[in-house]
Amino acid sequence: MHMADALITPIVGGAMWATSTGVASYSVKKVQQDLDEKKIPLMGIMGAFVFAAQMINFTIPGTGSSGHIGGGILLAILLGPHAGFITMASILAIQALFFADGGLLALGANIFNLGFYTCYLAYPLIYKNIVKKEMTKTRIFVGSFLSAIIGLQFGAFSVVLETLFSGKTELPFNIFVLMMQPIHLAIGIVEGLLTAAVVTFVWNARPEILQSSSVKISNGVSYKKVMVILLCATVFIGGILSWYASSNPDGLEWSIENVMGTPELETSGGIYDTLSNLQEKTAFLPDYSFKIDSEAKIESNSPINGGTSLSGIVGILLTLAFATSIGLISYRY
Amino acid sequence: MANIGNSTYELRYLDELSQKDTLVHNIHPLIKLIVSLSYIVLAVSYGKYDIMGLLPLIIYPIIIFNLGDIPFLPIAKRTLIVLPLVLGLGIFNPIMDRNLVTLFGNFSLIGGWLSYITLIIKSLLTVVSALLLISTTGIEKIIQAMSQIKISKIIVMQFLLTYRYISVLLEEITNIWTAYSLRAPAQKGIHYQSWGPLLGQLLIRSYDRAQRIYNGMVLRGFNGDFYRLNNNKLLFKDITYGVLWILFFLLVRFYNIPMLLGSIMTGV
Repeated sequence: MHMADALITPIVGGAMWATSTGVASYSVKKVQQDLDEKKIPLMGIMGAFVFAAQMINFTIPGTGSSGHIGGGILLAILLGPHAGFITMASILAIQALFFADGGLLALGANIFNLGFYTCYLAYPLIYKNIVKKEMTKTRIFVGSFLSAIIGLQFGAFSVVLETLFSGKTELPFNIFVLMMQPIHLAIGIVEGLLTAAVVTFVWNARPEILQSSSVKISNGVSYKKVMVILLCATVFIGGILSWYASSNPDGLEWSIENVMGTPELETSGGIYDTLSNLQEKTAFLPDYSFKIDSEAKIESNSPINGGTSLSGIVGILLTLAFATSIGLISYRY
Repeated sequence: MANIGNSTYELRYLDELSQKDTLVHNIHPLIKLIVSLSYIVLAVSYGKYDIMGLLPLIIYPIIIFNLGDIPFLPIAKRTLIVLPLVLGLGIFNPIMDRNLVTLFGNFSLIGGWLSYITLIIKSLLTVVSALLLISTTGIEKIIQAMSQIKISKIIVMQFLLTYRYISVLLEEITNIWTAYSLRAPAQKGIHYQSWGPLLGQLLIRSYDRAQRIYNGMVLRGFNGDFYRLNNNKLLFKDITYGVLWILFFLLVRFYNIPMLLGSIMTGV
């Protein structure tokens, strides 16, 4: 479920980068606070472990689709949430660079989808709560099973939202959600069983590994502060990058249009107006995509404009010829 | 399971490509990182029907392929890996978007198909540029760039160690897989009852190995820092390289080059 660069707009990609960078700097701070030096190589090897585990694709029975584990919850359980998040981030960066899985622009989104929900949501709220009273084999099994499923559901939903906000595909919200959530429930069950099997095995063989990672619970840096910083960063980056915003109706507007009959939700006053004014002022990029819909129909009735059409075709051919000759020249060099 | 052997090979292959000594390889990693990121942002920022505007972007990979002496086919093969995802998610475009879009003069096309093709071109361009970055730069230099832009030491080290351990771990998995298939010859895949114990074993072995490696590192004086001999200074050629590309990107973004060339040639 790695997002690809082409499916994401610079605004969404940038906002997710900002968010993930914020979460990462929080987790770096936390890891530094209670850094056990021995943990560093362990984080490395666990990263490689999950990296390898992600390569094994399971077939999901009855769907013809396949999926691989995310591994975020396994990392959180074995390394603790903060180190787990950092490890997840480095795995995804390596995948993006070396295997073209996901992309550089989409990296922030992928880190958030696979790392944040598992390490900072499913792990503390579900796994922690289940094993809090006492650590038994059953509790560990149930805890890791449930948190793997729920973490993945959130991640999948997040992919749906990011794709829609980007509006690169025309996938309607409800169809996409109906596609993503059930398939990731199936994948989640497989991942949950696998994670649970591995964690209980480790618990039987080396209980100290699990205990050492789960002793400390957060203190010090306040969540509130981090959230405020994150919010500011997101707004800032979103504001700057919205220069690139295209005026074509995006996927979300499209689905709103279907539901409400108008392309935009009626909003008025306050911050919304201020922000949209700001966006109008800052949007300096000309929108020169092709004319759509009604204009197109009118134009096709008008006398044929041979000149523009010819120059378009000649231009494309010239560009390609230019590109090829540059290729040939630089090849010589 | 065959893809584990493959990925060891992939990693080594890209590592070897990044060892070459060409103009592009010798550019400062930070500059290459910035250029690649700008290229990706530029590629995805085009409107969904704007195939024509996108076309000149193809010049960037062509030049890097040639100047960096990177073989085309192996990289192209790796680029195609991501295509199924984009093909699958984009297939709704032709179905949902039935708007007629005028291409030139009186030639129209259903918008959905146009945006589908644009999406595919964008995804190929972005993936190729990321792969070209790594095959002309290599992990060490990427790490050098990361620490130069003050990314936290923990993250940088985590990134490097994960990368280094992957090949160690992949070999371990190959051993386990060979042992398993010798004992269960006629079996397809790994039986689900063995998943936990096998992965658990692998994990514990890796854990122990990590401890030993760490002890070895400490005994050799490791204290959390990596020392490098090479000079990280930005040179004139690095800045020229960066500025030239950014200028090219801006030019391509603000002028529809194919249309401009066409008008000049046909005099319209």
